[in-house]
Amino acid sequence: MDSLILSVRLAACVSAILLLIGMPLAYWLAYWNWRGKFLLEAIVALPLVLPPTVLGFYVLIALGPHGPVGKISEALFHRGLAFTFGGLVFASVLYSLPFTVQPLIASFEAMDRRLLDASALLGASRLRTFAKVILPLSLPGIVTAVVLSFAHTLGEFGVVLMVGGNLPGITRTASIDIYDRVQSMEYTEANRMALVLLIISFVVLSAVYGVNRRIGRRVWASWAAR
Amino acid sequence: MGLVGSEINPPVLKARLQKARSGATHPSFVLDVALEIPSGITIVFGPSGAGKSTLLDCIAGLLKPDGGGIEINGEVLLEVQQRIDVPPAKRKIAYVFQSLALFPHMTVEQNVAYGLADLPAPQRDSRVKSMLEAFRVQQLALRKANEISGGEQQRVALARSLATSPQVLLLDEPLTALDEGLKKSIMEDLRRWNAAQNIPILYVTHSRAEVDALGERVIVLDQGKIISTGTPHEVLDAPRRSSLAQASGFENLFSGVVVELREADGVMRVRLVKGACEIETPLGHAALGTTVRLAIRAGDILLATERPHGLSARNVTAGRIISLQQRGTMFIAQVAADAGGAVVFTVHLTLGAKRALELEVDRPVWLVIKTYSCHVLED
Repeated sequence: MDSLILSVRLAACVSAILLLIGMPLAYWLAYWNWRGKFLLEAIVALPLVLPPTVLGFYVLIALGPHGPVGKISEALFHRGLAFTFGGLVFASVLYSLPFTVQPLIASFEAMDRRLLDASALLGASRLRTFAKVILPLSLPGIVTAVVLSFAHTLGEFGVVLMVGGNLPGITRTASIDIYDRVQSMEYTEANRMALVLLIISFVVLSAVYGVNRRIGRRVWASWAAR
Repeated sequence: MGLVGSEINPPVLKARLQKARSGATHPSFVLDVALEIPSGITIVFGPSGAGKSTLLDCIAGLLKPDGGGIEINGEVLLEVQQRIDVPPAKRKIAYVFQSLALFPHMTVEQNVAYGLADLPAPQRDSRVKSMLEAFRVQQLALRKANEISGGEQQRVALARSLATSPQVLLLDEPLTALDEGLKKSIMEDLRRWNAAQNIPILYVTHSRAEVDALGERVIVLDQGKIISTGTPHEVLDAPRRSSLAQASGFENLFSGVVVELREADGVMRVRLVKGACEIETPLGHAALGTTVRLAIRAGDILLATERPHGLSARNVTAGRIISLQQRGTMFIAQVAADAGGAVVFTVHLTLGAKRALELEVDRPVWLVIKTYSCHVLED
């Protein structure tokens, strides 16, 4: 069960960090038009199509003692990030980025622009407009974003294996645990863990659909249709 | 062109704006206007795609004009050449959109309080209360904005934008969807509110009926240009330009010379250049002896088979029908008003009138035209 707790902890950290990064990023991509925007959009979407091993490989290099992220970490904490929980978080944030940003963009873009104009004309700053109008009206999109990135991080395998290796209690997540058990023919153990992940994923996705239906928005549907 | 009622009130809002629009969502045109708007209601009238909403968006700062400037009470909000561009949040301009854009997740009270974040709570509460009362929606204070009727939403939208004590109010076809009674009562509340505040209100509409009902100063906008300004009567019934006259359905246009001014009666007599016909018209700005253009609607001319008497109409002229054409359920008669046939009036008749009067080509008739049906266009 250690591996499952580790997975949940990782997923929770990653979705919290992603929400903080994803909101301004999605706001920027949804409401600003500038020439190089398509490049940033492509970069954000890249993890959707990239093999996890490719992403994992480059992240591993970046985290290593000679990589830029690794050097920063060495300078700040006197230790590298490869094969640590911090490294897993860093890699997972990149890997799940589109799962946070895209539902947020869809939700921000669906907003009636006249509401934002009205807010500005009533003297509100961009920050106040965001907090008082965009945020509450994008709640279904935000829930979708958090839940999807949580579920996606929970189930990741390739990136974690590349970056974290397989250290019990540190980087051995549930999906890697399942792989391990199957390798060593422990099918009962593997099945138990797999079933737990299956149930969590199902519950989480039901929650997304349920929230979106209740609030009457089709953010998730519009995102899925992109 | 562009001065509206400045002799009554000094202009508060001055704007010169150029903005090219093109695209799939709206027709292409170049907005190019100069306005000086005094306090009180000014109507911006024009067909869809004339640039009315673009004009309001530029004034509010939601659209960036290509050139020009805006000032309110002497304070410069925009001067494109000097790169001055005060953002919408700091312009103190209230703007009620056609869609109203009430915040659907907030109560009526929260909507109205939205623009008052800087006020201390007690003052804010009392301002909200008085705005809700002024627009008679106090009983809805705790309802969600998307759960009240269209007319109520309209009132809340006005209360919300006026709560911030703006210097100018822009209204983009806000009442189009409402029935007449509701429209009137809301406008009365707005007028009552503005009697105390006395700010300029720009009211955009494409509805001729609304212009007549509001009866204020009008600016006529077409294809991005101001083509006329004045009172609804002056602008829409007596357009100053022949092109507009034709566009507004004046079938009869004549050149004439002012031969007599009777200022006490508020009328003047105009002798048509061609032919010997004289017509009494309302007093215009034209001086004695100047040439003016007369515009008369074909539907405003009566025909009689005998010389009429006991009529209020001041223009009674003998004539002869030279042609009659049926157009649907209407007859179009050409009537020569003198022997030479130099002055020909176009007259619209119903089928019944033609039958009852037994009108035929060559038949002598009397033309009857009210003084106020004769519109003077000053070239």
